[in-house]
Amino acid sequence: MSELKESTLVEANARLSETVPAGEYWMKVVKKGETLRITDLEGNQAADTLFFNANNTDERYHANNTLREQNNVYIKLGTAIRSNENNVMMTVTADTCGRHDTLGSACSCESNTSRYAHEKRYMHSCRDTFLQGIIDWGLGMDKRDQVCNINFFMNVPVNPEGGSNFADGISGAGKYVEMVAAMDTIVFVSNCPQLNNPCNAYNPTPVQMTIWEEGQ
Amino acid sequence: MNEIPTDKISYETVVSGGWNFSKIIRRGRTVRITDLEGGANVSALFYNADNYTERYNMGDTLKIQHISSLFKNACIYSDMGRVLMSVVDSTCDWHDVICGVTYREDILKRFGVKPYQESHNDFYRNGFDSLTVELAKYGMTKRDFTNVVNFFSKTLIDDAGDMTFVENYSPAGGYVDLRAEMDTLLVLDTGMHPLNPSAEYLRKPVKITLFESDPVAADDPCRLMCPENERGFTNSETYYL
Repeated sequence: MSELKESTLVEANARLSETVPAGEYWMKVVKKGETLRITDLEGNQAADTLFFNANNTDERYHANNTLREQNNVYIKLGTAIRSNENNVMMTVTADTCGRHDTLGSACSCESNTSRYAHEKRYMHSCRDTFLQGIIDWGLGMDKRDQVCNINFFMNVPVNPEGGSNFADGISGAGKYVEMVAAMDTIVFVSNCPQLNNPCNAYNPTPVQMTIWEEGQ
Repeated sequence: MNEIPTDKISYETVVSGGWNFSKIIRRGRTVRITDLEGGANVSALFYNADNYTERYNMGDTLKIQHISSLFKNACIYSDMGRVLMSVVDSTCDWHDVICGVTYREDILKRFGVKPYQESHNDFYRNGFDSLTVELAKYGMTKRDFTNVVNFFSKTLIDDAGDMTFVENYSPAGGYVDLRAEMDTLLVLDTGMHPLNPSAEYLRKPVKITLFESDPVAADDPCRLMCPENERGFTNSETYYL
């Protein structure tokens, strides 16, 4: 678990605060200098999140670049979230959870068939939620833009032997992570509907998305 | 060294150090990548040759098999729950999936300028430009540049998640055999690993050998590495029915 830091931002001063139920997407622009907070309202939820340059969606979150540049495999306080062009998109400025996954990526109907059973094909998934968002928003994006995402609040420890596992969650009700935008960024969340993974106690729950203007 | 019978080899070529390469590997064939001099790095991307929107997915590959690197018997999954290729043999017990490639600015900052005008084909290249140029030959763009596998490279990961590059990891003659379970477009670059601390710009050649695979037996070790892979193999087979 990495260093924790609380925020000084006050909810009442936010310019926007919205609840995202499990199984739904949320897509909004966070302007350069603004702060985004994602709150795990009931605990052990996974907020699957992608980032796009709001002025050119060809530029978007890239896991390899984010991890290499900080020489560390976890998202934590101070992490610079980087794009496929290796530019900084967001910087993590507060975190009360201490562990966020970068390697597991989103669940899908198709990967569920390998992970669990072929019969698990007909269950709602993050990949379908992301695709629905891409179709609804019509920003010229398609499946190619649904790349490996960050799972905020997910605990996927990597071991030195080359293994990894979805471990029990260490998040709890009200824990949050905050990040400041280094460019105008489209934040695209699929609030995970996974019912097969014990790490959320088979109970997907809502997350809160809150944005503050610069200088709050 | 597991020798390949010469009558099974259909194609062989050497990829220069610091260069890109691409080849469709048909189902039923295996590609061996050989580190000729030792210390090679091969950054690779994988696409379904019939539909490039289906491609290697780092997250699915890792979580389906509960792994954080590739090694013998592990499989390379697409985003559609199918096995694109399986690692049927490997002299390394670790192939990095986390660190990505070098960028123009990294090479400039670390090694300075070595332009084509003065140096001709000895000029400095970088992983991102090299791979995106190769992708462009198939109509793909930087949107299609996703996470890569860095064959022959190992980074130690400690409990805090910090990474350390292991120097001189792959010996000369080291190899990895990738068996195609689907028709796969393999796109690769032989540029240096981005965390390699070498003071010198490195470029190491590799040999590509394409050969006929043995039939996938019921007790195939890649298929049986975990129950997830048995289902992944079935998904790949179903795709071609």
